[in-house]
Amino acid sequence: MSEIFMLIEHRQDAIRDISYEMMTCGRALAEKLNTKLTAVFLGYDADKLVESIRNQAHRIMVVDNEVFKEFNAESYQIALAEIIKKENPLLTLIGHTAFGMDLCPALGTQLGIPFTTDCLDVEIIDGKLIATRQMYDGKLNAKIRFRENPSYLVSLRTGCFPVRDSNIEAEIVNIESPVSAEPDYRKFVEYIEAAIGDVDITKADVVVGVGRGIKKKENLALVEDFASTIGGVVACSRPIVDAEWLPKDRQVGSSGKTVKPKLYITLGISGAFQHVVGMKNSGTIIAINKDPNAPIFNEADYGIVDDLFRVLPAFKNSILEMKSK
Amino acid sequence: MDIIVCIKRVPQTAEAKVEIESSGKDIVKDRLTFDINESDTYALEEAVLLKEKFGGTITVISLGCSDADDTLRIALAKGADTAIRIKAEDFDELDGYKTAQLLSAVIKDIHFDVIFTGCIATDDAYSQIGATLAELLGIPHATLVTNIEVIDSISHVHRELEGGLQEHIEIFLPALFTIQTGINVPRYASLIAIKRAAGKEIKLVGQNEISKDQLLLNTQIEELFIPPVAKQVKIITGSPGEVSEELAGIIREKGLI
Repeated sequence: MSEIFMLIEHRQDAIRDISYEMMTCGRALAEKLNTKLTAVFLGYDADKLVESIRNQAHRIMVVDNEVFKEFNAESYQIALAEIIKKENPLLTLIGHTAFGMDLCPALGTQLGIPFTTDCLDVEIIDGKLIATRQMYDGKLNAKIRFRENPSYLVSLRTGCFPVRDSNIEAEIVNIESPVSAEPDYRKFVEYIEAAIGDVDITKADVVVGVGRGIKKKENLALVEDFASTIGGVVACSRPIVDAEWLPKDRQVGSSGKTVKPKLYITLGISGAFQHVVGMKNSGTIIAINKDPNAPIFNEADYGIVDDLFRVLPAFKNSILEMKSK
Repeated sequence: MDIIVCIKRVPQTAEAKVEIESSGKDIVKDRLTFDINESDTYALEEAVLLKEKFGGTITVISLGCSDADDTLRIALAKGADTAIRIKAEDFDELDGYKTAQLLSAVIKDIHFDVIFTGCIATDDAYSQIGATLAELLGIPHATLVTNIEVIDSISHVHRELEGGLQEHIEIFLPALFTIQTGINVPRYASLIAIKRAAGKEIKLVGQNEISKDQLLLNTQIEELFIPPVAKQVKIITGSPGEVSEELAGIIREKGLI
């Protein structure tokens, strides 16, 4: 069989966005190849969630067992390996998420099928799979071809497939779970929710995002001062939190917060995908970075290629002047 | 506790101009600076912290050409006991899968309780070596680790999920963990330690030790290209005063503040 399979990702009783994106991608591929899209749903007490995605795939394979209540890469791997071995799909899609990163490489290795991770796009040309990936801090893309094989596995990056409406009605196939308990050697214990900080950056109309280009913790005072002049809050990219210069709740990006302010100003942020995914839907984006090749300029509306320490004092004065008029 | 840390020397491309080489499949490397991959620095520090707590040894392994020896020596200066370099020059084209097979071929003969890798390499950005290697070695793993505590051969691990959420899981040792940046504060190597490490032996492993016949590539790069522009940016040029005035004008016109 040459079907397209995808794994539904869900967490805390909700289908995650990446699942809809993968089903959009999967339906388009299936249509081109004149085949079907099967969504694989591993979960517990799954009826409601399964019903909610019934219009998204041609078939939904449901494995309903308490062992799948929370994600566990090991139990997921055992079940998926069984299913893929039996069904032999041409291509299986998994999200390149915290779940998928744990699962996809180990699953592909166990099955001995060619796989790759973090793909922006996948095409099948003359039966051959071609994937597009990003490399070198987002500065280059690569087309990747695979060792030829009847079955492939790929993980897809979040946010690359705008979700499309669908009005098919999936056939539901229930499968008995090949696993009945989490393995001894890996057990889910609990979720740890993010700590709530003093400032909610998701509620602000103006966000000033600061990155590695700020160089020293002491320089944050400049940014704070600028942000208060413009009536905004200070947020940041990952390196600033890693260095413990700002708390985690100020981080914008895939492992931090998603913000959609009217105005987002980036200072010394290069624009790694992990940051961009958390701010690209802002109303207007102004980027200041001294590297003209920084990927942030692919996302910004207005760009200044200069040293932020040269621009910031003048920018503050211009804002003060504007407000005084 | 015996710990293995896999590290990689990578080009520092975050603030550099990256050009495609004439083959179309690689980048021009001679004008770039190289250093240890960022998350590998945190992986190494986590190993040193565990060794300080429980004793034992740290073995660092890198797949690379001879210039990776510098990276391995810095790791020795920071607290690793043994360094192994798998000679990249012996093994032709590489991908994540082949890299994991080579690492596994070396590691299967070494005693270990824990393997650490970085969670992502900034050059090829696969995030797949760790979980692939664990599967090849038949041990459990966890990626994106932000905290580890080991109590009686069971590790209590926090993994970073999306949106600030984390999960707490328990994993039996031996196991492999891919380490996320920010888990610790990596130390600098002292000058004395760097001098001492300069004389240490780096064990080399090449095609005489690992048979090339069994190695498989999953993928090959067909071509590199500049990413298409998602949005056309308007670059504003001029002195800081001029660009600031223009920006203020845009902000006022659009009623952004």
